Amino acid sequence: MAIIIDENTQVIVQGATGNQGKFHTHQMLAYGTKIVGGISPGKGGQELAGLKIYDTVFAAVEEQRVDATCLFIPAPFARDAACEAIEAGVKVVVVITEHIPVFDEMEIINFARQKGATVIGPNTFGIVSSGKSKIGIPPNQFFIPGPVGIVARSGTLTYEIVGNLTANGIGQSTVVGLGGDRVVGMSFVDVLEKFDKDPSTKAVVLVGEIGGNQEEEASVFIKKMSKPVVAYIAGKSAPPGKRMGHAGAIIERGKGTFEGKVQALKEAGASIATLPFEVPSLIRERIV
Amino acid sequence: MKLFEYMGKALFARYGVVVPRGKMVSTPQEAVSAAQEITGEVVVKSQILSGKRGKGGGIAFASTPEQAGEAAAKILGSTVQGFVVESVLVEEKLKIDKELYLAITIDGSAKKPVLIASASGGMDIEEVPEENIVKYHIDVFQGLQAYATREISRRMGLTGAVSKEFNKLLIILYKLFREKDAELVEINPLVISGERLIAADAKVTVDDEALFRQKDLPHVEERTEAEQKAHAIGLSYVQLDGNIAVMANGAGITMGTLDIIQHYGGKAANFLDAGGGTGEEGTAMALEILLSRNPRVILINIFGGITRCDDVANALVKVKNRKGIPVPVIIRLVGTNEDLGVKILKENGFEAYKMMHEAAAMAVKLAG
Repeated sequence: MAIIIDENTQVIVQGATGNQGKFHTHQMLAYGTKIVGGISPGKGGQELAGLKIYDTVFAAVEEQRVDATCLFIPAPFARDAACEAIEAGVKVVVVITEHIPVFDEMEIINFARQKGATVIGPNTFGIVSSGKSKIGIPPNQFFIPGPVGIVARSGTLTYEIVGNLTANGIGQSTVVGLGGDRVVGMSFVDVLEKFDKDPSTKAVVLVGEIGGNQEEEASVFIKKMSKPVVAYIAGKSAPPGKRMGHAGAIIERGKGTFEGKVQALKEAGASIATLPFEVPSLIRERIV
Repeated sequence: MKLFEYMGKALFARYGVVVPRGKMVSTPQEAVSAAQEITGEVVVKSQILSGKRGKGGGIAFASTPEQAGEAAAKILGSTVQGFVVESVLVEEKLKIDKELYLAITIDGSAKKPVLIASASGGMDIEEVPEENIVKYHIDVFQGLQAYATREISRRMGLTGAVSKEFNKLLIILYKLFREKDAELVEINPLVISGERLIAADAKVTVDDEALFRQKDLPHVEERTEAEQKAHAIGLSYVQLDGNIAVMANGAGITMGTLDIIQHYGGKAANFLDAGGGTGEEGTAMALEILLSRNPRVILINIFGGITRCDDVANALVKVKNRKGIPVPVIIRLVGTNEDLGVKILKENGFEAYKMMHEAAAMAVKLAG
């Protein structure tokens, strides 16, 4: 078991023939992801790594079942491509692209809600169900199967934590990147609910950061969860009013502070890692 | 991108929002003639990218053109809320019957725009009790409809001619918000003067990611020189005031690196996210930006995914050969092509760390 994607998930890649798209299509295939085609307008009929390239998402879904899509589409065109996949009936839409205008993001996500699709991202590393399927860009070698679910707002910090866990012999059920922007498709709560129901997940690591109130909202749910949660929050030393790389990582008008988030998570019963490398031992304490 | 008040008001005027008569000037002499043109009492307002200007001495009233000149002389060149004032807006002083608050912004958890209004204007919205604030979420596909404005008006307790004006204003303001890719449009206070509604202030922030399709807006540069240089090569850089220069790959891990430095008692000189396929030359340029600010130590923290360790190592060697690096470099290098990267470093006299906290502790120690 895993959440959202598994070994049976059939995936297409939008923008598969671009630089990033090509590289990561190969990487995903190497990880074992069941990719069933690429989308590249004007290049229909070509082939890439043994995959058929289609002009449109509609053309791809005519020929086979498509469960998920991975977007490597430049920001100005991402809204159009994501909505195409949603309209064509794809139910899991992973948007890797960074720098999408926030209004376009709202349109993608609200359209997905109407059509019953799940959006992961934008500005995410994607999702990995360890040993089963990877949709996105994380380095393959660090993800091994195991009992820990991870949900995060940032990519490399997640690799750091997954790397530490794996080095300590602790594998992961599913690792979900929510995305670093202010408006993203899934919240911590959406993912925590799924982990709480997933039999293969025994504990959850929440990787948050300053800005917004997602961690505070998550705390309310963590109180009701049956599984232990370990949290790490980045941005303790960040000055207010400055955007720390991610569009969403900003303390505005005294809201979204490190202290507020840690306080809420502690009160909800989560263990707090002060530094990323403390996560494995905290998981060990909570998982026995 | 934040707009100055005078730019926001010019934009408002183009959309048909009523704003006070006024003129932006940058010398006391110009302030005198602006006040003469306007006639009557005026207000002189510092043009900076910050609120709370009144408390910081950045706003003054004047009864005569001479007084306006004196006020401008005092405010121009002074520092208000940490900003040096380069220009002031001279405006007619409004006859105020009542002050309202009105804003449209983005609600990240609702994933929709939200209109926020209050009959208690003129003060910080954070200080207004929740029960005096009206919030209305706007459907991204429907936009703001007339029926919604009537309901907002009712909840605000507005009636008669003012209510009609208010409803019209909401429609206009949302149109501006949408068409200009704004992430915040705020009018505080929105002044009721007789039967007229006048925007006494204008705060407009445009989505940075949408600037590529907002070519007709003025360009406002808020970044420091080093921040601009980094932005030009597609990197995210924030200047801080410590002495340990930091480069990492990815926003989260860069924040985490700054936190660890603080944890061990050090101070970071900057936030620099050089992740996501920056490549060898981009990384070298990023290192040069760090060096240009004369740090005590450079700390590089790489967990390579897309970023390749050999690219980072080669960039470091390139900068060393090109310009020399006069300060210690502490580098933690793991991930994609790690072995190759570490080998390159060794051959060139650098030692690589495996764990980020060990590298950070060493950087703090060397920074003194």
